[in-house]
Amino acid sequence: MGDRIFYGLCAIAGLLTIFVLVEVVYQLISGASPSISRFGVGFLGHSRWAANFGIFGAAAAIYGTLMSSLMALTLATPLGIAIGLYLSMMAPPAIRAVVGPLVEMLAAIPSVILGFWGVAVLAPFAAKYLEPWLHSVFGFIPLFGEPQTTGLSIFTAGLGLTLMVLPIIAALSRDLFLTVPGELKDGAAALGATRWEIIRGVVLPTTVSGVAAATVLGLGRALGEAIAVTQMIGDGAGIHASLFLPGNSLASRIATEYTVSENKLEIPSLFYLALILLVIGLVTSVLARIISSRFDVQRTLAR
Amino acid sequence: MTDLSATVERDPSLPDPTAPLTASGSLRRRAIVSRLVDLTASGSALFAVAMLGLVVFDVAKRGAKALSLSFLFTNPSGFAGGGIANALIGTVLIVAFAALIAVPIGILTGLYLTEFAGPRSRSARALRMVLDMLQGLPTIVVGVVIYGLIVATTHLETGFAGSVALAIVMLPLIARSSQEMLMLVPHTMREGADALGVNRWRSVVGVILPAALGGIATGVILSTARAAGETAPLLFVNSIYNPNATQLNIFGHGVPSIPIYIYTNYDLPSQQAVNNVWGAAFVLLTFILLANVGARVLLARSRAKMSG
Amino acid sequence: MTDSSGSRTEDHESVPSRVRIRTEPLPPSVDDTAVNGGRSEIAREAVFDIRDMAVYYGTNCALAHTTLRIYRNLVTAVIGPSGCGKTTFIRSLNRMNDAIPGFRLSGQVLYHNHDVYGNGVNRVEVRRRIGMVFQKPNPFPKSIYDNVAWAPRNLGLRSELDARVERALRHAALWDEVKDRLRDAALSLSGGQQQRLCIARAIAVEPDVLLLDEPASALDPVSTAAIEELMHTLKSRYTIVIVTHNMQQAARVADRAAFFTLDLTGPERVGTLVEYGDTETIFRSPKDTRTRDYVTGQFG
Repeated sequence: MGDRIFYGLCAIAGLLTIFVLVEVVYQLISGASPSISRFGVGFLGHSRWAANFGIFGAAAAIYGTLMSSLMALTLATPLGIAIGLYLSMMAPPAIRAVVGPLVEMLAAIPSVILGFWGVAVLAPFAAKYLEPWLHSVFGFIPLFGEPQTTGLSIFTAGLGLTLMVLPIIAALSRDLFLTVPGELKDGAAALGATRWEIIRGVVLPTTVSGVAAATVLGLGRALGEAIAVTQMIGDGAGIHASLFLPGNSLASRIATEYTVSENKLEIPSLFYLALILLVIGLVTSVLARIISSRFDVQRTLAR
Repeated sequence: MTDLSATVERDPSLPDPTAPLTASGSLRRRAIVSRLVDLTASGSALFAVAMLGLVVFDVAKRGAKALSLSFLFTNPSGFAGGGIANALIGTVLIVAFAALIAVPIGILTGLYLTEFAGPRSRSARALRMVLDMLQGLPTIVVGVVIYGLIVATTHLETGFAGSVALAIVMLPLIARSSQEMLMLVPHTMREGADALGVNRWRSVVGVILPAALGGIATGVILSTARAAGETAPLLFVNSIYNPNATQLNIFGHGVPSIPIYIYTNYDLPSQQAVNNVWGAAFVLLTFILLANVGARVLLARSRAKMSG
Repeated sequence: MTDSSGSRTEDHESVPSRVRIRTEPLPPSVDDTAVNGGRSEIAREAVFDIRDMAVYYGTNCALAHTTLRIYRNLVTAVIGPSGCGKTTFIRSLNRMNDAIPGFRLSGQVLYHNHDVYGNGVNRVEVRRRIGMVFQKPNPFPKSIYDNVAWAPRNLGLRSELDARVERALRHAALWDEVKDRLRDAALSLSGGQQQRLCIARAIAVEPDVLLLDEPASALDPVSTAAIEELMHTLKSRYTIVIVTHNMQQAARVADRAAFFTLDLTGPERVGTLVEYGDTETIFRSPKDTRTRDYVTGQFG
């Protein structure tokens, strides 16, 4: 009898969990429906967001989201893999036990604190040193246009996102590299290969799908980050080529516009943005799962 | 069997094996390349640790200026004065209530996955996928959803709504860590309890849960620490409140919280106000980092206990 | 830990300081014959001259002071019951034990008169000349061709790669079975074929010495016979040291045999070299009672 109650409780908990997800999806769709019916899929293509005029378009936000996230991923993926290699194959056990948790703790910093620090420390640094230098060296590429004085830009937001995504990729890569069987590494070493050759020939090829999944998870994190990005990205409108201009992202637009407004379509439009974010979040989760399960890689999540 | 006096001449076109065992020729270059990779990798790790140190150092340096006992125990006053007492209390309240919701559901879900559903069963796979998806939800989306669910219907931002939003964020973490820890409990323990003819639920509550408790507690601590630092879920559902007063009624009112305090005040023009925000950030960061370290120690200890 | 006349030397930064302690080299082996069996092998060159070698993992002594010589183009078998340090011994010859935490070696391992654990010695170069095949076949998850070609490519031996691969596979007695499917996955081969592939892989870089750690113990009898057959043909090109727990295999394959056992007389269990000599001597007229007990099947 007690067993049945126990089973019932557990099953209810499981059902509740599923129900939460279902409710999330339902709420977003129903909340967004006025905006969906008004703007349709074109919402994704319009870049103008003028609440007072009832004009809502997500394109600028999508652009900002993509650019900042891609920049973060471009920086964080090689760094994360390098850290993963260091922690799994090069560091002596004492250092591994200390540095590993330290890298993971980078991920524990709350977004609002990282964003605050980004605004107070990183943005001025970027405005004073990084952006001008990049502009002077690479200015011929439209990405690296004229820097602004505040340093609040897609570029700075990208830097902040790098710090958030880096520990995820690093920790997952490290775990992946540790699963490579010792016999394979031994076999390669016994053939007179240097450590880099072992990494290049054995470790990386066997873990490539897991690393890809880790990257996708990192991407999901970057795409969904609202608070720190809002703080660091400034508040720009429209789509510009230069990373050094302020912009906005899907999540940041939701965050800044949450006050109740007169326009009936504003809230539903924010729901619409949230719905897009939801789809992105779900897709990256599922994609990561597919990549790692299809290629039979053991995946351990640090958080 | 063998004529030991015979020697076989080595093919002279092959490299001389009697040469010294030092790096020569192409190996020198290969060794340099490998060394460069080593340096790059350790440099990257150094960079990550340095960034952590930099952020912590900056927050500590600037936050220490505002820190004092009165800072922790007084409410904000006026425009930029006072302390963060009400926000501290508020955070404790809403996180505690969120844990009240998420911990039982999370642990029970973990129990369901380990005790009742076979690992390959459809329900287990569906549940695990749902948990993965919940974990991948952007937290701002959670805030929007709870806004629609609770705030829009009640026309009121409350601490309770904030707790529900935080609970959704905490739930997948607790469920997953519970499940992982429960799976680590050795088979022998379960079989032992079964062999004694004990009820399933008794063996779980009396034997298995206590064994996994350390790890489950770790998951709870970590997700609580995370919830304490989340801003986005609270943004739409719990950010309207009297900033200068303590609010204990989470069901009827919006409740101040540290993350929202930081988020709303970080770019104020007053240096005094900004100092206070650094102070708040310092308190929050210290708590979270300590919780992380503590959780790790706890996890290492309980893992050792399980396999020892 | 230092021995009698030992002096500690600073270690090259490529060698973890925990790994080796050098002692003064022993005088040229006058007392070798006591352990090394009667006949003098002056005519044949010694590839390895191992002097008073001992291995420690942390404070635990795994292998006691071992002295012997391994001769060119011979198959030397390392035999003895399980756990008596055979694998530790063989892995110490090409520095494969370096990665094990707490590993320490005292004494000298001289390879062509160069100290394998000396200053300035490059581990990668050591393994290039002293190759190893492991107990469980461990082919890379690549194609058959790429498995054999991988190490030569690293070494820069890219010209005539096809010819080199074919030669290695022929010498490993695998060519005929795989010549039509070189691009197939190596893991699709049977266990015995995989092990021969690992042998081909090892000889593709033309090492001087081949160390084999129980290469046939995970294989069926037919594959085992094939591997044993290989030993006879390979030794004309390479010096071979083979660890085996199968005495009959040692008798079939080896020219010389070194018998190790566990010394339980002290406070710890330590692997010890008991007797070393021609296979005939070891198996027909062993000098030590422990050897006799082992080869006549009294224990182990």
